[in-house]
Amino acid sequence: MSDGTELTGAQAAEQIEAGELSAPELFAAYRQRAAGDELNAFLWVADQAPAVPAGAPLGGVPLAVKDLFCAEGVPSQAGSRILEGYRPPYTATAVQRLAAAGAPMLGKTNMDEFAMGSSNESSGFGPALNPWDRSRVPGGSSGGSAAAVAAGLAPWAIGTDTGGSVRQPASLCGVVGLRPTYGAVSRYGMIAFASSLDQAGPLTRDVTDAALLLSHMAGADPCDSTCTGLPEEVVLPRAERLDGLTVGVPPQLTGEGIEPGVREVFEATLKRIEALGGSLEEIELPHSEQAIAAYYVIAPAEASANLARFDGVRYGRRAGDVQDLLSLYEETREQGFGDEVKRRIMIGTYALSSGYYDAYYGSAQRVRTKIAEDFRAAYEKVDLIVTPTSPTVAFPLGEKTGDPLAMYLLDFCTVPMPLAGIPAISIPGGLSEGLPVGIQLAGPAFSENMILDAAYALEQAIGFDGSAARV
Amino acid sequence: MSDPPPTAYEPVIGLEIHVQLATKTKMFCSCALSFGEEPNTRTCPVCLGLPGTLPVVNAEAVHYALMVGMALGCELAPRSVFHRKNYFYPDLPKGYQVSQYDVPICGPGRLGDIRVHRAHLEEDAAKLVHAGESGRIHSAEASVVDFNRGGTPLVEIVTEPDVRSAAQASEWLRLLRVTLRQLGVSDVNMEEGSLRCDANVSIRPQGSSELGVKTELKNMNSFRFLERGVDAEIARQTMIVRDGGQVTQETLHFDPRTGAISSLRSKEEAHDYRYFPEPDLVAIAPTREMLDRARAALPELPADRAARLESDHGLHADAARLLAFRPELGDFLEAAIATNGSYPVGVGNWVTGELLSRLGDRDPDQTALEPGALARLVAMVEEGEVAGSAAKEVLGVLVEEGGDPAAIVQDRGLAKAGGDELGTIVDQAMADNADAVQKIRGGNHKAIGAIVGAVMKATKGTADGGEVQRLVRERIEPR
Repeated sequence: MSDGTELTGAQAAEQIEAGELSAPELFAAYRQRAAGDELNAFLWVADQAPAVPAGAPLGGVPLAVKDLFCAEGVPSQAGSRILEGYRPPYTATAVQRLAAAGAPMLGKTNMDEFAMGSSNESSGFGPALNPWDRSRVPGGSSGGSAAAVAAGLAPWAIGTDTGGSVRQPASLCGVVGLRPTYGAVSRYGMIAFASSLDQAGPLTRDVTDAALLLSHMAGADPCDSTCTGLPEEVVLPRAERLDGLTVGVPPQLTGEGIEPGVREVFEATLKRIEALGGSLEEIELPHSEQAIAAYYVIAPAEASANLARFDGVRYGRRAGDVQDLLSLYEETREQGFGDEVKRRIMIGTYALSSGYYDAYYGSAQRVRTKIAEDFRAAYEKVDLIVTPTSPTVAFPLGEKTGDPLAMYLLDFCTVPMPLAGIPAISIPGGLSEGLPVGIQLAGPAFSENMILDAAYALEQAIGFDGSAARV
Repeated sequence: MSDPPPTAYEPVIGLEIHVQLATKTKMFCSCALSFGEEPNTRTCPVCLGLPGTLPVVNAEAVHYALMVGMALGCELAPRSVFHRKNYFYPDLPKGYQVSQYDVPICGPGRLGDIRVHRAHLEEDAAKLVHAGESGRIHSAEASVVDFNRGGTPLVEIVTEPDVRSAAQASEWLRLLRVTLRQLGVSDVNMEEGSLRCDANVSIRPQGSSELGVKTELKNMNSFRFLERGVDAEIARQTMIVRDGGQVTQETLHFDPRTGAISSLRSKEEAHDYRYFPEPDLVAIAPTREMLDRARAALPELPADRAARLESDHGLHADAARLLAFRPELGDFLEAAIATNGSYPVGVGNWVTGELLSRLGDRDPDQTALEPGALARLVAMVEEGEVAGSAAKEVLGVLVEEGGDPAAIVQDRGLAKAGGDELGTIVDQAMADNADAVQKIRGGNHKAIGAIVGAVMKATKGTADGGEVQRLVRERIEPR
């Protein structure tokens, strides 16, 4: 007998509303799956189903939440030992909005420490595993959320995307991941990595679920001055064709560095776009080649300040047996932070230092402006831009941990969009050697409805089967 | 050969003033401001800097900052931004202070004779309480943090190095304080820390136009300490330079108990604050409505009022300043002048002289004196109906008991002695003091005091001293 866990979030919500499925039973089924998690996807699982507001549109379909989001009274550790056991006194706006809409929190998912990583291997609690092949990484930083959704441990999840942290793990795990326009979803209660880039987004089994979660997450928030919400309501996607749509293909993000298996799936997707009535056009994003360099200055610079508060004075880990204030700071941070976090704090501190600021942070900001201008120019010619999400499929655990730069370079397809503040989605495009390959569609700011519609049409045509990853 | 005369040195001083704004809530969250509540009771996740929290700018603080900028004649930035100022300290829960850096809300301006460089908005740090005898961190056994103050809105005002003496620094700070008080944007209490002043001090040879190496003297919490601290630092620097040494750039602490100056940190130990634009906030871009609202909220400012009292009423500059700097006195003066419109200079002299000395710390409206009664008393003096000394007695009665000056004069028989009656009294006094008359004739004009004194005694002070002198001279040296 079905327990409802084979359904998408939208389907489950529909059946609950129709009285064909019990929300508490669904929650219990998922709770059992999450508690028995062998992928290390969850860092914490709820004991019982929280009360769901009567008539809430999402009906009580449980939600996996990246550990970066604060939730009142619940461990919220950002994947870091420095916040081990930290239980905040308040709940993030996005989590609160989704709970109010009827998606109560099922558990907190594993992630790269403070969202710094593309493989989940920088998590202070050990990496989550890729459900398609447990010897491989799930991607990062929202790797736990992607793995949980792909494995069917949760119907849907939310994560955060700074340089690709929703889209890339979605790609590596064969699920849908949407990064909304910067400012669409409140950042209040998201433990900050790089404030000008961080944006929350859904990780789901299909495009409809992504649209559904987005519609309930987005919205202006008086607690976040940079959050304006979306100018129009999110409409559930219905498009079956791409007639009249021009899709741009930038050589800078689709050429060199893409591994052959990924290229194959990408090229098949381009043919599908044409078959659905869309037209392809090559467009230039000339400054994208500097995007990685700019990103790895700006994000660490902001992080170096955002992570200064973890000083052992008031919460989280505090080093014992120290003689003075300076040693308290040094010991706490030495013991609490992992190598990748320390590396980025050092890079960011250096980039902001007197005498270096203009050469590093200043230059990076100028590149950022150029990248945004590139996209603006491109969107005068095309409606959407298509690229692979990741140049590779999921790689084996440990393969790249010794070479941080090689790991950074893997982000080159996903980093330009956050720098420009624009939305992008990753959907499964097919398999390469039995591992999922993600296709990324990016549009201009606030074009979420168009992106979702196009992704939906493509999704129907592709007919990706993710059942091999289900537990 | 003699030594060349010692070089004279000119102090060059700039001030940095932190003003706590008296808004209802903190700079970036909705916590109420604290006035001595139990420690850590006025806090929330935002002002505690908990992970995931974000600042939101207090609109009232922006309004107050615009008012301050307008009062200081500053250029107001069409778009100003917040920056993060990064450093580790337990009173700074985020590890950075949200402040303004290269584009402050208020640009160049001027107050009185000192140019204002800029004024910007920022958040106050929390309060560290050091357990131990000295109350300072160096010898403390433990320190605790009270976050009630953390996040209180501050305006930091920075002057150009236009100040040339400790006395001028303190004088200007008084003008700033009364201006801010008049604006109603702050409690401006130095002892309680709602007005805090640091001074950047350097010296240079008289006549030089170059700036010397400066030191920063922190947190002098009264006008007296500011004067003493700056004077001590000028003396210290002068001694170093006279001995052939060089002043080193450093941050200094002035101990008001001992008068000693000690180093807090040297230039090498100075922080690299790694300022960068605060990504959690958007720029402040004052709208026409915001500017209009701030302008409409501006009261008449002390400097303007002093100028007006001088030009409209002909008051002396000193009296006008005093009346403008103590707005309650200015208000009383203007109320008095308004009752009969006459003798504004006389009323001004009486308010700043006799009345002020009787008031002490009281406001005029805490006494029985009505503005109209003072105006009538001054008119009686000016019109010769009552002598100055008698009028002082009347004022004393008015302040303590109130009433009408004319009635008091009548009841107490204080009307001015004059006419034939006064002449007779003068004749008698001259006859009684023949030796004094003799001395005056011999050229000792001071001797007239004895005769005037005798007349005053005989008239119980109701005679006009000037009139008495005239009558005496007339009798001794007939024209």
